[in-house]
Amino acid sequence: MEWRDHGILLSARRHGESSAIIDVFTEEHGRHAGVVRGGASRRLAPILQPGAQLDLLWRARLEEHLGSYQAEPLRSRAVAAMSGRLALSGLNAVTALLGFCLPEREPHPALYASSERLLDLLEQEELWPLAYLRWEMELLEEMGFGLDLLACAVSGRNEELAYVSPRTGRAVSRQEAGPWVARLLPLPPVMLGKGEAPDHEIAEGLKTTGYFLETRLAPALGNRPLPEARGRFLDAFSRRL
Amino acid sequence: MSDNSISDIENLIGLMAKLPGMGPRSARRAVLHLIRKRGLLLTPLADCMSEVAATARECLNCGNVGTSDICSLCNDEDRANGELCVVETVSDLWAMERAAVFKGRYHVLGGTLSALDAVGPEDLHIPRLVDRVTSEGIREVILALNATIDGQTTAHYIADQLEGQVRLTSLAQGVPIGGELDYLDEGTITAALRARKDL
Repeated sequence: MEWRDHGILLSARRHGESSAIIDVFTEEHGRHAGVVRGGASRRLAPILQPGAQLDLLWRARLEEHLGSYQAEPLRSRAVAAMSGRLALSGLNAVTALLGFCLPEREPHPALYASSERLLDLLEQEELWPLAYLRWEMELLEEMGFGLDLLACAVSGRNEELAYVSPRTGRAVSRQEAGPWVARLLPLPPVMLGKGEAPDHEIAEGLKTTGYFLETRLAPALGNRPLPEARGRFLDAFSRRL
Repeated sequence: MSDNSISDIENLIGLMAKLPGMGPRSARRAVLHLIRKRGLLLTPLADCMSEVAATARECLNCGNVGTSDICSLCNDEDRANGELCVVETVSDLWAMERAAVFKGRYHVLGGTLSALDAVGPEDLHIPRLVDRVTSEGIREVILALNATIDGQTTAHYIADQLEGQVRLTSLAQGVPIGGELDYLDEGTITAALRARKDL
């Protein structure tokens, strides 16, 4: 068995004295692990940092084997990530959530493309939180828990949408919210692609996506807690509010 | 030689083979060498190892390895100069000491934050670090953590914990002494260029 693909490195852990087992989100083969011989060496260790864009050649005798990778760097994102607290915590949140959510060896080309675009924006701190919010919405969609924000779940109208139902993930308009306001989740204009995307709206949006990640996605994945890296990103983002 | 003594030697080879950098073949060579130099090497080594096994412990203050509860670096009053260097592991501390440039005290975390290995702040010696900063009158904390994503994530976490209490610095990143640009990865070159200085 042999294939060649591009991928985003999610994690690398040492294997023996000189090798590493890497977990990569690839374009055509989904999340896929493999051994890199010499992956812990001085030459390869700086390349095998989370977020790195790699050209990969995977080989194994049988498809179900772990197999081994030959990895060539296409783009390193370590320097971009280390440029600031927000970028670093953002990169950790993305790689941790992908590692948390994605089943092994199941391709998600659309999510791969949006993840690659998101990580390429790492150094642009002004754009990054908005791009991250959109990416979390896409992640929920891809995992089967997408939000339906096109029209109000009660009236069917698409005006003054201001809330999201925590039960259905559908939008609710301000008029129809009525006595349930306190129990509904915020739907800031930024989640509808409207307005100038101020930070406080992005924070509200992350509260809503976080709710569905925690109460819908995580239970479906064996009730594991969400990666702490997401919480650290929210902490870093809250510092600039 | 009796079967029993052969199994003892095989046992020794098996244990030696578990050491870093050793395999069964190199362990066999090392054991044979020790046996041939019994008086000169094997006996003193065995004595030394049993002594270290009985006395080696982690320093209660900084996490360094020594033979007493408080290590010699922490006991050295000349090192109480208000500077504290935070490192990931004892081997990092030893590397810093080899350079013989830093004259302050150390704090060994025992690892880095890692979501993959489920290492959280409470698993590292971070609460003790925060205590030391106040109790030892520290003026500057030097975060000498590895230039990896995990290392820098840990550095930012510690910086958040100590913000406003003390001066926080980190090691520079760039071209190593004797390094050739042609052999450097793009990340190191980018970091070096960003941290360029006037000549």
